[in-house]
Amino acid sequence: MRANRFQNNRINPTSFGTSQIRLFAILIPLSIILMLPILFVFTTAFKPADELFVFPPQFFVYHPTWDNFTRLFKEMSTSAVPASRYLFNSLLVALLTVVLSVVLSISAAYILSKKDFKGKKFLFDLNTLAIEFVPIAVSVPRFIIITKLGLTNLFVSNILPIIAMPVGLFLVKQFVDQIPDSLIEAAYLDGANELDILFRVIIPMTKPAIATIAILSFQSAWGNVEASTLYLTNESFKTFAYYITSFTSSNTSGVGQGMAAAATLIMFVPNLLIFIFMQSQVMDTMAYSGIK
Amino acid sequence: MANGLGIKQTLKKLFSTPKKERATTAVRQGGWSLLLLVPYLLAFLTFIVAPVIAAIAFSFTDFDSIRNPNWVFLDNYIYLFTQDATFMQNILPNTLLFAVVVGPCSFILSFFLAWMLAQLPRIPRNILALLIYAPSIVSGVAVQVIWVTIFNGDASGFLNSILLSWGWISAPIQWLQDKDFLMMVMIIVTVWGSTGVGFLAMLSGILNIDPALYEAAYIDGMRNRWQEIRYVTLPSMKPQLLFGAVMSMVSTLQAGGIGVALSGSNPTPNYAGDLIVNHIEDYAFTRYEMGFASCVSVILLVFIFVLTKLVYRLFESNRKKQAKRIVIGEDGHPMIEREEKIR
Repeated sequence: MRANRFQNNRINPTSFGTSQIRLFAILIPLSIILMLPILFVFTTAFKPADELFVFPPQFFVYHPTWDNFTRLFKEMSTSAVPASRYLFNSLLVALLTVVLSVVLSISAAYILSKKDFKGKKFLFDLNTLAIEFVPIAVSVPRFIIITKLGLTNLFVSNILPIIAMPVGLFLVKQFVDQIPDSLIEAAYLDGANELDILFRVIIPMTKPAIATIAILSFQSAWGNVEASTLYLTNESFKTFAYYITSFTSSNTSGVGQGMAAAATLIMFVPNLLIFIFMQSQVMDTMAYSGIK
Repeated sequence: MANGLGIKQTLKKLFSTPKKERATTAVRQGGWSLLLLVPYLLAFLTFIVAPVIAAIAFSFTDFDSIRNPNWVFLDNYIYLFTQDATFMQNILPNTLLFAVVVGPCSFILSFFLAWMLAQLPRIPRNILALLIYAPSIVSGVAVQVIWVTIFNGDASGFLNSILLSWGWISAPIQWLQDKDFLMMVMIIVTVWGSTGVGFLAMLSGILNIDPALYEAAYIDGMRNRWQEIRYVTLPSMKPQLLFGAVMSMVSTLQAGGIGVALSGSNPTPNYAGDLIVNHIEDYAFTRYEMGFASCVSVILLVFIFVLTKLVYRLFESNRKKQAKRIVIGEDGHPMIEREEKIR
């Protein structure tokens, strides 16, 4: 009896059990409620003009069209820089930011977790404090520093200010802390050097955390408008998020609402896709290795 | 991997690795490997630490981004707390209310969702986790499109038209313009979008708990799920919980644009939805009083700092209590001390 019950209560079960019915009964309706607003963006984005103005408002779309998307891109093609250029910039910024922030975070986390040196605790405390950093609070001094470094109007100003992610370092360090020191010692005894340990021990064992910070840095890069608004005057270096944000905030009613929904979808779908991709990484790692 | 180790060793690693033992090994020595820290440190110091220090320095000046700043020492702070009626009567109470409701709500919601999800098989878990996480990705951009339509103040608003057709209200409610409702809507919208990073970390944390711990605890008399949460789940995922707590608090206090985005006016009607961040924005980018804006930022940073300290303390004391409750028995199994023994 007790053994049975334990099987049913298990975390991360491999098969369906009757005790899970209760959980499904709570989780499925709840997640549908959470998704409703997002579904609403989807339906709005595909609504033809007459359905956007209908009263009382409708949730569903009855004659879906791509009108809002074509109208949006028509609008974008009238600007000096083609939409594809903004999109390319955003993808490049996101890719570089993800790679750099993951590498920076994991190597720093390894040192802060497993090495002793003076000021270590201070550095980590400082980093933890910086999680509470409010970008808007310091946008003025940040701008002054970027100007003094001569980074204004350079493409890298899209990337450099956001690659240090205190949240990322914090999260990875929490995971690295859970790796037993004996494992690293064993690797030393087998003749591994620091880079071997970083790439063969630390990184494989912290994949869940790495996937999580990759998601985070992608989101911050993909949605980042700070550089485009404050540091860049050259239109051809600006990002898609900047264009979309400035567009949606000036189009909120009627047909504009349909286009804003279409724009929101374009911003949302890559985030969703990258999460789906990274999520399976997280879960795979959990299932087969894990930090135990 | 864990199955190869005895429960005792596993537990030792999780709960009781003595500090001295670790400090004496070669693993802990720094050497040239400290160079691995440098790239992060450079980016961190340049783009995060230096601007914060500059903000603190500016908060003691009358910097207006045009003329050379003069030192005014504590004038900004004195003005903020004695003359700035908007701050004391609206901004500060709003921020406190918002933080006190949203922070704990999003933390508890994230934990229970993650805990329930962790007990499902992989495929349904992944799908549901995706659905639950999705609002946090979309929330930034979609506030206007989604929520303004739902809470629209005339009869064409979704909620109003539903409530009207059900006969619950006789006239449309100005959800976004009425000062009594705006804060409520802001709280709903923020909690809706809050199952993000913290939620993901907690889910990873729960899934990472060694199943042997549950097994051992059940063998030793743990009887139900509440005990499971209290004695195994929570103490084993402390790092992720702490992270989740800090994240939900910080994202709550950083949220600022939401009131303006919802109500469509800046400042919000009767300042009902203005938070500290709006006040900073107002002074920095509307009035160009950078010195005063920096002073408000410093207050916000201090506020968050103090709250974080409180959260840390809370978790620290919990850990000590938990450590008392799970002990390693002579046979190498973890034992849960009975409640009576603790009393």
